[in-house]
Amino acid sequence: MIDGLIMIVLILIKLGVIFAVIMTMAAYLVLAERKILARMQLRHGPNRVGPFGMMQPLADVIKLLTKEDFLPDRADKWLFLLAPGMAAVTAILTFAVVPFGPPLQVFGHELPLVVIDLNVGVLYFLGLSSLAVYGVALGGWASNSKYSLLGGIRGLAQLISYELSMGLALVPVVMLARSFSLTDIVLAQQAAPFILVNPLAFLIFLVSVVAESKRTPFDMPEAENELVGGFHTEYSGMRFGLFFVGEYINLVILSSMVTVFFLGGWLGPLLPGVIWFGVKVLALCFFFIWVRGSLPRLRYDQLMHFGWKILLPLALLNVLLTGAVLLWSRT
Amino acid sequence: MALTEKMTINMGPQHPSTHGVLQLILELDGEVVQKATPHIGFLHRGTEKLSEHRTYNQVIPLTDRLDYLAPMSNNLGYCLAVEKLLGITDEIPERANVIRVMMAELTRLKSHLVWLATHALDIGAMTVFLYAFREREAITDIYEKVSGARMTSNYIRIGGVTADLPAGLEQEIREYAESMPAHIDEYEGLLTGNKIWQKRTMGVGVISKEDAIDIGLSGPSLRASGVDWDLRRDAPYCGYESYDFDIPVRTECDTFARYKARLDEMRQSSRIIIQALDRLQPGPVVADCPKVTLPAKEDVVNTIEGLIHHFKIITEGFKVEEGEVYVGIEAPKGELGYYLVSDGSPMPYRMKIRPPSFVNLQALPQMVEGRLLADVIAIIGTLDIVLGEIDR
Amino acid sequence: MLENYLPVLVLIGIAVAFAVGSVVMSGLIGMKKPSAVKLAPYECGMPLVGSARERFSVKFYIIAMLFILFDIEAVFLYPWAVMFKRLGMFGFVEMGVFIAILLVGFIYVWKKGALEWE
Repeated sequence: MIDGLIMIVLILIKLGVIFAVIMTMAAYLVLAERKILARMQLRHGPNRVGPFGMMQPLADVIKLLTKEDFLPDRADKWLFLLAPGMAAVTAILTFAVVPFGPPLQVFGHELPLVVIDLNVGVLYFLGLSSLAVYGVALGGWASNSKYSLLGGIRGLAQLISYELSMGLALVPVVMLARSFSLTDIVLAQQAAPFILVNPLAFLIFLVSVVAESKRTPFDMPEAENELVGGFHTEYSGMRFGLFFVGEYINLVILSSMVTVFFLGGWLGPLLPGVIWFGVKVLALCFFFIWVRGSLPRLRYDQLMHFGWKILLPLALLNVLLTGAVLLWSRT
Repeated sequence: MALTEKMTINMGPQHPSTHGVLQLILELDGEVVQKATPHIGFLHRGTEKLSEHRTYNQVIPLTDRLDYLAPMSNNLGYCLAVEKLLGITDEIPERANVIRVMMAELTRLKSHLVWLATHALDIGAMTVFLYAFREREAITDIYEKVSGARMTSNYIRIGGVTADLPAGLEQEIREYAESMPAHIDEYEGLLTGNKIWQKRTMGVGVISKEDAIDIGLSGPSLRASGVDWDLRRDAPYCGYESYDFDIPVRTECDTFARYKARLDEMRQSSRIIIQALDRLQPGPVVADCPKVTLPAKEDVVNTIEGLIHHFKIITEGFKVEEGEVYVGIEAPKGELGYYLVSDGSPMPYRMKIRPPSFVNLQALPQMVEGRLLADVIAIIGTLDIVLGEIDR
Repeated sequence: MLENYLPVLVLIGIAVAFAVGSVVMSGLIGMKKPSAVKLAPYECGMPLVGSARERFSVKFYIIAMLFILFDIEAVFLYPWAVMFKRLGMFGFVEMGVFIAILLVGFIYVWKKGALEWE
C-alpha cells in the first residue's frame, strides 16, 4: 500500500517535472531560435526584457494571454477551438515515451527516467505524430478562409507523405534493436550508435523530421510569404499560442527521437546520461535553427516529389538492404 | 479533374509578397494557377496630373516617389528630359555628369539590393534579406550625405546636381564600390549553388525572346531573355559611352537567368562607380545657365541681383519653349521614359511617364498561368516591380 | 498490464488541462472587441470572392489514399522487423517478396502519374 502510494507520488512528481521542463524548453527554444537566427543575420534579437532578453518568453505569454481571442464568424466553432488543442496535446503526449536518462534509485525504488517505457514505444510515437496532422488540417479547414484551407491541405499532404518515410526509416532501427521499446533501442546502441550502423536510415529520418516539424525548407503549410501563415492565419491570442507552443514542443520531441533512435540516447562517456541526452537534443535543435537560417523554401510539388519519389523508395530499399546485411553478418 | 471547382483567391493588396499594393485575382485548381488578373491603382497619386501644376523644378520631388527604391534614377530621367527640352544638354559640366553616373549606378545597386533581398525572402531565404539590407543601408547613408535624405533624394537637378559631394565621401564611395563584389559573392554563396534555390528559380517564369519584345519588357528582365539591349550603351546619356562596362545577357529566359543577370549587373555597376571616381575632377556641378539654374549661395546672400535671381527662379520657375521631347534612361528596373510637352509656360503642359515596372508587369499573367501558387510569389519577385511607379 | 498506462492517462490530463486552461485564461483576461471586419476571414483586405467551402483538387485525395495504402503496408513491416533475427532467411525472402509487390504497386502509381503535380 505504502509502496503504491510512493509510486504514485513519484509518478506525479516526475510528470510535473517533465511537464515543466518541456514547457520551459519550448519557451526558451523560441528565444534561442530568435537569438541564434538574429546573430546569423547581423541582428541582435530580443534583448529588452530582462538580461539578454531572458524574460522574453514570459512577456510573450502575457502578450498572448491578453490578446483578443476571436472566433471568425464563418468558422466552424468547435473544430476551430479543437484544432490548436490537438496540436499542443499530441505534442506533449509524445514525450511520455522518451527515455532521457538511465534509471535513478530513489528510496530503494528504481525510477526510470521515462514517463512510461511502453513496449510499443515506436508505434506510440508514430501514432501520435499521425494525430498531430489533425491540428493542422482541422485548423486550416475550420477557419473557413482560403489561405488557411490551402495551408491546411498542404500541411495534411506533407505530414502524411513524410510520415511514411519516417516510419520506414525506423524499421531498420527496430530490426537492429529487436524491440519497440525506446529504452531498449537506446541500450542496443551501446556498441555503436545507429547513425554509424545505418547512416542512410538516419538521413531519411532526419529529413522526414524536418518536414514533420513544418520548418524551413519544408514550411509550406505556413509559408508566410505565400499563405500568410497558412493554417493559423485566422488564429489569434492563446489559440495561436497553442499552435506555436505545440510546434516548438514538437521540435524538442523530434530532436529527442533522433537522439534516441540514432545518436545513442543518453549514452556517452564521462558525463551523466541526462546531460548527454540534453546536449544531443540541443545540438539537433541548433541544427534545425541553422537550417532555417540558410535554406530557401521548397515548392509544394517539389516537396511531394522528394518525399514520394526519392525518400520513400530509398527507405524501402534500405529496409531490404539492412535485412540482407544483418543476415549476412550472422552467417 | 472534371469535378474540381476553381477556387478564386485575392492575393494582395494586403499581402506580404506582392511588393506593395498589387492585387492579383488568382483562379486556382488545387495549387495550380489557371488565370491571374493583376489589379493596380491602389497607390495612384496622380503624379502626372500634379506635375501640370508645378514648375519644372517642383516636379523633381514628385519623381522621387515614383520608384521609391531608385529615386535618383527618376530624378535623372526627368532632368535629362527637361534639359533636352531646354537645349542645355551639352552645357552640363563634366563633374556633374560624372556624379550623375556615379549616383545612378549607386541607385542601381540600391534598387537591385532591395530586389535581391525581397526576392530571396519570398522564396524563404531569410538571411539573404538582412545581408542585402546591410549593404543597402550604406547606400542610404551615402544618399543622406549628398542630399540630406535617405530615400527621397531630390538630388539631381535641372542643369546639374544640388550640391557638390561633401568632403571625404569620394573615399567612402570608393571603399564601398570596391567591397561590393565580395558581398555579391556572399549572396551568391547562399543562393546560386543552392539546389533548392535552383529548383525554385530555374524554368520558372519563362518568357521567350519574342514575347519579351512584344510585351515591351526592358531592363534585366529583357536581357535575361536573350535581348542585348541597354540604353546606357544603345542610347547613351551623361557620357555613359565613355565608360568601360559589360552588359550581362542571358538566354535561359527564366527566373534564375534574371537573378544572375541582375547580380552580374551589380558587379558592373561597381566597376562603373570606380571608373567615375577615377575621373572625378574639381569643377562646377551646375550648368552656367542663369535662366534655369540658381545662382551661387554667396551671391544670393551678398548681392541684391543674386537674391532677385534666386527669388524669380524659385517662385516663378523658368519658361520653356514650346515643344515636346522624350528621354528614356536605363533605370534599375528597365527603360524609364519621360515624355514632356511644353506650351511655353513655366509648367509642363503634359508629362507622361513610361515606368518600367508597369510595362514589365504585363508579362505576369503569361508567366504565372499553369504554374503553382508558390511560383507566383517567385515571379512577382523576379519582375522587380514597384507599385509607386506602376500606379504613379 | 493496463496500469502501466496510468502515467500516460495522467499526462493526457495535464496536457488537456494546459490546453483548455490557457484558452480559458486568455478568454477571461483577453480583451473582447469584435467587429464585422475583424471577424471576416483574411482575404488580403478585399471583400470576399467565393467561398472556402468548395470541392478541392482531387490530387490531395489521391495522396491521402496512397498514404493509407502504404502506411498499412508499412505497419506489416514492424512485427517482421522485431522478429527479424528469429525468422532468419525465410522471413527475409518472404518480406523481400512483400516489398517487391509493394514496389510494383508503387511503380504503377508512379507511371500512372499520380505523383505528378503539374
